[in-house]
Amino acid sequence: MHCQVPYCLAQDLDTLDRRLIDSYQRGLPVCTRPFLSIAERLGCSEDDVLARLERLQAMGVLSRVGPVFDHARAGASLLAAVAVPEAERDAFAELINAAPGVNHNYAREHDFNLWFVMTAPDDAELEARLDGLEARLGVPILRLPMLEGYHIDLSFPIPWAELERA
Amino acid sequence: MKTTDDAGLAATGAALGMTSHAAERRLRGLLERGLPLASRPWQVLAEQAGMSEERVMACVRRWQADGMIKRLGLVVKHRRLGIQANAMVVWNVPDARVAEVGRRLAHETAVTLCYRRPRRLPEWPYNLFSMIHGTRREWVEAELAALIERQGLGDLEHRMLFSTQAYRQCGGRYVREEGI
Repeated sequence: MHCQVPYCLAQDLDTLDRRLIDSYQRGLPVCTRPFLSIAERLGCSEDDVLARLERLQAMGVLSRVGPVFDHARAGASLLAAVAVPEAERDAFAELINAAPGVNHNYAREHDFNLWFVMTAPDDAELEARLDGLEARLGVPILRLPMLEGYHIDLSFPIPWAELERA
Repeated sequence: MKTTDDAGLAATGAALGMTSHAAERRLRGLLERGLPLASRPWQVLAEQAGMSEERVMACVRRWQADGMIKRLGLVVKHRRLGIQANAMVVWNVPDARVAEVGRRLAHETAVTLCYRRPRRLPEWPYNLFSMIHGTRREWVEAELAALIERQGLGDLEHRMLFSTQAYRQCGGRYVREEGI
């Protein structure tokens, strides 16, 4: 599952798409018809909103519409890293993706070249999943739980103008 | 003295409580996959989780209020949008300063995530993690240089780990599969 981008997708998003993204990365209304409520605020129809969201999801611009849970409260998770030979990196990445509970798996420029987040319902299951994966990978997993969060919310203004210049 | 009826009532209550707990767990699992894009999404989830639409909305509001849900809305895949220069900047900060430096970094607009994590010596000496996202590598590098200057962090050992490929980028799955 590779996510290399052939060209800038932002140019395919019109004003309404951008307003949806800018206005509703947080604060989706919890009412019977939330998309109607959004439509009324943006001055379009409920069907417009639903169609836009479906398209953005299909394009892969949105991973979903919904809640972002607090890792610490929702279950157990930690950041993990392994150092693997560059030539075999894709194969190791596939093994990691196949393990239950893995989200966010990135290659990074370091001896520890694969970085991923392992999640589980509780600490015991988290350890078990990591131990199981470590055995399958045959390399030690660097385990880096969060000890303190100073800023833990990945929603920030999209730099549309910058994206079009990039 | 408890009558048989009281005991029966208590037993029913306990059973209801368990059912209710199981339904909420199912709802959590469904929510992790995102809202159905339908006119009445909570109603669709309610049918799948086995509870009323009102209760689904009440659960969501309660989880928002108690912090279980950090935010509710569109979850953007930044990389797909072209925000591809994604740098994890790691710092080796003396323990006595780490909280203070972490809070200062968190106030920088360029920093989108900032955490303290344990060192794993000897191979991993870094105890403070921050993320900087941007459209171009050079701009992210310039952003970090400016931030170090502004915050007077030039004395701290740090490394910038750009991501070169995303093998997976998706939300957490905390609820056991069989619970859904």
